[in-house]
Amino acid sequence: MHPSLQRPVFLDLRRIRQPVTAVVSILHRLSGLLLVLAAPFAVALFALSLRDAAGFQQAVEILASPPLRLLGLLLGWGLLHHLLAGLRFLCLDLDLGVSRTVARRSALGVLLGALILSIGLAGVWL
Amino acid sequence: MSWRAASGLRPWLLQRLSAVYLAAYLLFSVVVWVGGVADFHHWQAWFAQPLVNAASLLFLVALLGHAWVGTRDILMDYVKPVGWRFALLSLFGLAFLISLGLGLRGLLQVGA
Repeated sequence: MHPSLQRPVFLDLRRIRQPVTAVVSILHRLSGLLLVLAAPFAVALFALSLRDAAGFQQAVEILASPPLRLLGLLLGWGLLHHLLAGLRFLCLDLDLGVSRTVARRSALGVLLGALILSIGLAGVWL
Repeated sequence: MSWRAASGLRPWLLQRLSAVYLAAYLLFSVVVWVGGVADFHHWQAWFAQPLVNAASLLFLVALLGHAWVGTRDILMDYVKPVGWRFALLSLFGLAFLISLGLGLRGLLQVGA
């Protein structure tokens, strides 16, 4: 057997504890996927809102319905996390904040910042 | 170094440039709309302004380009069977193209 195939494999997701930087990274992917799935519907809704006054009214009513309010909140968190984590990654690309201490602190800031802003958003939106 | 030789550099750069534009447009939109939307005419008149219309068209293109590169990255990482990868890439590509058409039509209608 090839040596690389004999390496131990440990993939028990319930017992793996990731550092906060990894959590921010995987949530950046997950939130990106959420936003990608929502994007075609968001564009369609935007086009509807610009069509005429009736279309605008229809779009407003769709957005105001309870299930979409909840979904909107989830997507709001997704957008906030994706935006903040993305800005952090852009800084890392520019060699800003790459030391372990600062990188961990900024990751925690992104994680909590997106959650706190989402709670604020919920207060306005729900 | 040619772009072709630097395989992967072009989408990498596209992802970052579009990200900066998307973030700037979104922050600007929050400032504009934080007080709420009065009515349809207010909404339509805003997007009918040539500069806003052009900026929004660019936002639409940047958004769907960004979505495409991100989707492609994720599918290449997790979906290994070629058939599935091709099918999913086609599905998302088609959805983004239809979105582009819808958004273009909406914006050009009010901008024209």
